[in-house]
Amino acid sequence: MKSFFILFLLIFVLASLAQLLLPWWVVLPLCLGLAAWRGGSARAAFGAGLLGVALSWWLPAAWLNLNGAGLLAGRVATLLPLGGNSWLLVLLSGLLAGLVGGLAALGGAWLRVSK
Amino acid sequence: MLRWLKPVLALLTAVVLAWVLNTKQGDVPPVARLLSPYQGFWQNGESAADFPDQQTLRLPGLHQTVRVRFDDRRVPHIFADNDHDLYYAQGYLTARDRLWQMEFMTRVAAGRISEVVGERALEYDRFQRRMGLPFGAENSLREMLKNDTTRLVLESYSAGVNAYISQLSPREYPFEYKLLDYAPEPWQPLKCALLLKLMAWDLSGRSDDLRLSNILSKYGPDVTRDLFPDFPFRADPVVPDGTPLGFQPLPVPPAPVPFAAAVSGLVPTREPDAELGSNNFAVAGSRTASGRPLLANDPHLQLNLPSIWYQVQLHGPGQNVYGVTIPGAPAVIIGFNAEVAWGVTNVGGDVLDWYQLKFKDARRREYWHAGRWKPVRRVVERIAVRGRPDRLDTVLYTHHGPVVYDQNETVFNKQTPVRHALRWTAHDAAGANEVLAFVKLNRARNYQDYDRALRTYASPAQNFIFASRSGDVAIRPNGLFPLKYAEQGKFILDGSDPRQDWQGWIPMSQTPRVLNPARGYVSSANQHSAGPGYPYYLGWDYAPWDRAHRINGQLARMRRATADTLRELQNDDLGLNAQLMLPWMLANLPAAVATGATAAPATAATTTPATSEASARRLLARWDYHYSAEAVGATLFELWYQELVRRLWEDDFGKQATGLEMRLPARDRTNQLLLSEPRSPWIDDRRTPQRETTPDLLTTSLQFALDSLTRKFGPLGPKWAWANQKSTDINHLAQLPGFGHQDVVCGGSPGSVNATGPRNGPSWRMVVDLATPVRAYGIFPGGQSGNPASAYYDDMLESWRTGRLDELVFLQAADENHPRLQAAWRLEK
Repeated sequence: MKSFFILFLLIFVLASLAQLLLPWWVVLPLCLGLAAWRGGSARAAFGAGLLGVALSWWLPAAWLNLNGAGLLAGRVATLLPLGGNSWLLVLLSGLLAGLVGGLAALGGAWLRVSK
Repeated sequence: MLRWLKPVLALLTAVVLAWVLNTKQGDVPPVARLLSPYQGFWQNGESAADFPDQQTLRLPGLHQTVRVRFDDRRVPHIFADNDHDLYYAQGYLTARDRLWQMEFMTRVAAGRISEVVGERALEYDRFQRRMGLPFGAENSLREMLKNDTTRLVLESYSAGVNAYISQLSPREYPFEYKLLDYAPEPWQPLKCALLLKLMAWDLSGRSDDLRLSNILSKYGPDVTRDLFPDFPFRADPVVPDGTPLGFQPLPVPPAPVPFAAAVSGLVPTREPDAELGSNNFAVAGSRTASGRPLLANDPHLQLNLPSIWYQVQLHGPGQNVYGVTIPGAPAVIIGFNAEVAWGVTNVGGDVLDWYQLKFKDARRREYWHAGRWKPVRRVVERIAVRGRPDRLDTVLYTHHGPVVYDQNETVFNKQTPVRHALRWTAHDAAGANEVLAFVKLNRARNYQDYDRALRTYASPAQNFIFASRSGDVAIRPNGLFPLKYAEQGKFILDGSDPRQDWQGWIPMSQTPRVLNPARGYVSSANQHSAGPGYPYYLGWDYAPWDRAHRINGQLARMRRATADTLRELQNDDLGLNAQLMLPWMLANLPAAVATGATAAPATAATTTPATSEASARRLLARWDYHYSAEAVGATLFELWYQELVRRLWEDDFGKQATGLEMRLPARDRTNQLLLSEPRSPWIDDRRTPQRETTPDLLTTSLQFALDSLTRKFGPLGPKWAWANQKSTDINHLAQLPGFGHQDVVCGGSPGSVNATGPRNGPSWRMVVDLATPVRAYGIFPGGQSGNPASAYYDDMLESWRTGRLDELVFLQAADENHPRLQAAWRLEK
């Protein structure tokens, strides 16, 4: 549990910082590296990658949804189509990025075991 | 080995997923890049902090400091000390609000959409290029750069746009760039010229020459003359009959023997939108409360978001002008200053003709003209296609113009005849400079300035209306008009006969015009430019007289008019066609229908109960011909009349019945036939053995209308309201669901002064009171911002829908106090 929590926090903080400057897919090598270095069980690594990266999207997206981008998010949520629900869009887009993070972390954890 | 399999599989999945989410897949945007809160659309949000009340922007290239005030509609009021800075700031601020739209429209004009969306736009791009829009734009640009004023204006404006583009990082790109996954490219003066040509295409790029030639060949000259006359039965021309000419006309070229063009069986896939049009009117001081003229204008275009127009005030040396601009083009197009106001509506004159060509052989290197073979100029168009190699397309140019389609391959707009050369004023540039005309109008102080400004305005021809504080009102259908013999270009022309070439131009000083007519008003609504007394042939197919006649009728009754009187006229929804035809339709509808006793056998299985026919008749008889949002009579009449016309002509001119591509006679001629030629052979449906009469047509078409409306809305009731049937939609330019407004509840109809239809309508309504000081009012169905995240994307829509106008904030000085001003920016070098 502890290893999950540390990995999750590391991923969340570093992914948030890295994405300020780098493309979003930087979460892939980041999660891979962090999980290979610190990862616990495969399940914990996947969860930490998924939630850490998702949170790195959920927080800023939720903030922006409340501060200036809500109207546009509603339109994009109509376009996609998600029935115009911008919070559903926040949730799903975070999960999408989280899935990449989770898979990368899973790979990292398995890599660590296989060494 | 096996222990590596799991991590490698997991990573592979992650990499593939990341790649998929990061890449545009067909029409699906790069999802993760679009949705990332760090780079994606979330960054396009607009909060109060994004638009500070005070700020100083550093812009390289400015010569002096420019001050900008923004009012509560986010209209920029630009104060510059020199022309360069003025147009630079216009370019910069327009791009700030509308970059994607202005760049996308130039791509539409230039035939460069494939570069963005891939192969599916290829035929569209080919068509734009073969129609010669970029060709016309380059010709036009060459002339505009020769002139010192317009070179400065275009280059400064472009520099301002580029100053904005160069500030942007990808995360700041407007939303649509992220969605479609491409980047803005540097602006050039050519793009301004392309936008003008796109306007020319929208407003003068339609032609029925092919259809008329087919009609001529099927029915002969007598029928054609009878059903497609050059002048309507009911007319109220822009320049009223009896207006003195004031010039000695040039001799008109002699008409050669009519040419029997080859019949062509092409099928149109994209019908011209006959209802694009506009109104403008001005009343002299004798009819106004202030004793000074009033002027109004509402151009009817396709209603889109971001809005077609962008409001701006330009204050610089020798000018202080307010009005609407086309995003991507400098200067004000429709507007006013302290001394004058002006506006435009489209002229339906025939400035686009087709010449049937005779090539020497299948290689199409030479064509026959004036008794010899002349060389064809071959121009290779290179079309960039996203994700594919460039596509090359060779376009043949004759002295007439480009051959839009030279072989039978996929034809995009099948209205375009095969193996014909296009002759179109949008390609002619000698002496033309539309931007100069607008720059001069912006600075005009009196009628003489207006007169001088219009001399270089060529295409698309417009009815320029004018009023001045000093008391003049004037209008002139202005533009480049070929000097034609009667009916030249009504049909396909012979491309080998030099007598059928365009022989020259109607001098700019001899276009139809009227200044201060005794009746005390001037107006236009796309109807015929002049009466039969005008010495030149301009064309035959103009908008019906309805709007013009209603406007003139109302203007003639105006006493002590105010800006609000003109606003009410802009919102007038009386349908003159209904007023003319409905009493006759009801009177000639057999009584049997009202009791439900008989219906045509084909519709005997109708689901409509007979009572609804009786109530429909009662309802129509009570209808006041106003196309208000809730009018059920309007819904019923429109469909009944439309169906009546279809049933009248379909057997004679319809593609299915005749196998030929033809058009229907104009509404004016149709009405004349219905009202006064009850025994006309055209009324009979030639596909049936029995002989049909108008009462038969009226019965079956009413039955059809009732059936289809019942299917659509249920039993006759409030759901049949006109707004529901008309269903006005204002869509995003890229047709994005969620980014427009569907089923806007508003009155009006294509044939009434408030010409709001399903997709087209008043794209800008303006009323100017030329009192001292000048007061002006305006609205458009959208907002100043092109950013769909902004509250200013569509904040004016509700006022527009309900027929209200904003008072326009017209400042005299940069530091003026005004309660509606919200921000003051400084642009410094």
